[in-house]
Amino acid sequence: MQDPFVRIEGVSKLFGAFQAVRDVNLTVGKGEIFALLGGSGCGKTTLLRMLAGFEEPSAGRIFLDGQDMTGVPPWERPVHMMFQSYALFPHMSVEKNVAYGLKHERMTKAEREERVRAMLDLVQLTQFAHRKPHQISGGQRQRVALARALARQPKLLLLDEPLAALDKKLREQTQFELMSIQERTGVTFIVVTHDQEEAMTLADRIAVMDKGQVRQSGTPTDIYEYPNSRFVAGFIGSITSFDGRVTAVEGEVSRVDVPGLGTEIVARSVAGAASGQAVTVALRPEKVTLTRDRLEGPNAIAGEIKDIAYFGKDSLYRVTLPSGQLIAVHGVNAKRAEAGRPDWHDKVWLSFDPAAAILLTE
Amino acid sequence: MRRRPIFLISVLCFGFAFFYIPILSMIVYSFNGSRLATVWGGFSTKWYVSLFSNRQVGAALLLSLKIALISATMATILGTMAGIALARFRRFKGRLFFSGMVTAPLIMPDVITGISSLMLFILMAEWIGWPATRGFTTITLAHITFSMVYVTTIVQSRLISAERDIEEAAMDLGSKPWQVLWDITLPVIFPAILSGWLLAFTISLDEVVITSFTTGPGNTTLPLLIWSKVKLGVTPDINALATIIVLVVGIGVVIAGWLMNRAEKQRDRDARLAYRANE
Ligand SMILES: Nc1ncnc2c1ncn2[C@@H]1O[C@H](COP(=O)(O)OP(=O)(O)OP(=O)(O)O)[C@@H](O)[C@H]1O
Ligand SMILES: [Mg+2]
Repeated sequence: MQDPFVRIEGVSKLFGAFQAVRDVNLTVGKGEIFALLGGSGCGKTTLLRMLAGFEEPSAGRIFLDGQDMTGVPPWERPVHMMFQSYALFPHMSVEKNVAYGLKHERMTKAEREERVRAMLDLVQLTQFAHRKPHQISGGQRQRVALARALARQPKLLLLDEPLAALDKKLREQTQFELMSIQERTGVTFIVVTHDQEEAMTLADRIAVMDKGQVRQSGTPTDIYEYPNSRFVAGFIGSITSFDGRVTAVEGEVSRVDVPGLGTEIVARSVAGAASGQAVTVALRPEKVTLTRDRLEGPNAIAGEIKDIAYFGKDSLYRVTLPSGQLIAVHGVNAKRAEAGRPDWHDKVWLSFDPAAAILLTE
Repeated sequence: MRRRPIFLISVLCFGFAFFYIPILSMIVYSFNGSRLATVWGGFSTKWYVSLFSNRQVGAALLLSLKIALISATMATILGTMAGIALARFRRFKGRLFFSGMVTAPLIMPDVITGISSLMLFILMAEWIGWPATRGFTTITLAHITFSMVYVTTIVQSRLISAERDIEEAAMDLGSKPWQVLWDITLPVIFPAILSGWLLAFTISLDEVVITSFTTGPGNTTLPLLIWSKVKLGVTPDINALATIIVLVVGIGVVIAGWLMNRAEKQRDRDARLAYRANE
């Protein structure tokens, strides 16, 4: 395997006594889109600012392409940043904004103009080249900021909530634009976002942050299917969780006793699960099958439908369990309504594969 | 509820009257044909004629303008540098002390500033033989000293409200801090610097107290000239001179206001255009 392009080693950042970033270890490969995902104030921007060189880590080191970045000022790093506020220069036209970084490159005037034209083409803003930033719309400003950051062909591009200011439709469209731009330029992207769907769509790998710490990093599939903690499981997608205690570990699976449920749950074991241990079992709505009759298999729980949200192609059922707990279950409406789909207050059975139940010890 | 506007309007009228009636009466009496300030002797423009043929007034005006131009420019350069240092370089030693020192002269009585400047010039003349005589140079130096404070205050407050982001963005794109200052910070705060210069210029132009302490024989600025003439009684040619000053200042204010208003409207139009184009 080739050396990681960005290596963050034990990086912490203190503001006075407040720890904004706490012992972060991450690697990002060349040409990857990497997402930093987390709630507001969890230290995403601070981590990005340390990569760009605006803040020095209080502890730890950052390597870029094998080179230690400690003490390297922002203007000497081959890293460009797209700011949360876009930070366009208000007194310069769109064209001048994009060209600004190029004055530090050894290139002829013609080459420079050619590069600016190519960048404006890339973000489809050629017709606005002579406008000032206050004469264009929010979405266009965002594209100018992207073109400006890409113009010097950085090795690494940092994007701080690049799509947060856009409305939903424009945001979805821009997500794909970003991905295709990344593919064409081959630049490594680190994208900060607090929107989990955006992270899943854009990124090759995701790091989930909470209170300055990275709780888990991996591919979107890893994070969604194999979360390592209650926090990550709850942060990405929706889950229903059951607190219980392991009664037995039998080879591949663990048996978990959940008080009040009337039956035990059989879930695929994880490393560190031992008999007698307090655990949480998390279930995703789409991994549970809802039927009128009890299905054969290790996991079957009785319940009563309390609520149905009908979306057309599918429905979301909320089912009351014997313990009084509510569980969300996803059902695909493969058949027409008259075929006898479960209805309000129907008694139903819920079943799921042991491999679909997520066992969490943390 | 209906009575309140009437009350407010009368207060407003009273305030305006209090402020503008003296100026109006001065303008009216500058066209007075009589030599006595209190007796109306028919309409005449002879005081304006006598004013323009008066060499003393011309020389004083020239000196005042020269001092105001040079001191405002120097004060703007020094004051801007101090303002940037105070607003941007956050962690230098004694920053709090320095910023307190900068604002103190704003509330210092002019007499104190005047006397201390005079003392300094006398001491310097004794110790290093410069300035040998007091006049243009000493007045200009004193004016730079006190008007610099205004520029610093304006620039500092503009920088504190300005986005730090755009400076960081420029640094991120490869510019060293001094290039950022030149390419980004100065152009963006230019309007504040300009208004600092204008303020320094006008303050210098009508300064009396500090000027009278730091001037020497034969160096009379316009305000000093008016002051010395008024001591012998208000003559109609002073009214004429004051009227011209009011007129010039008034035109300046109107032009500045019009320019600013126009720029704002242009911005609004542009913004609306942009949003419509995006839909
Ligand atoms: N210069 C600073 N001085 C002191 N505290 C700071 C500073 N910068 C950030 N913080 C604190 O560090 C924490 C993390 O801030 P950061 O900006 O990294 O959050 P974020 O994850 O980007 O949040 P958001 O999604 O809201 O942008 C916050 O609690 C913030 O108050
Ligand atoms: Mg942030």
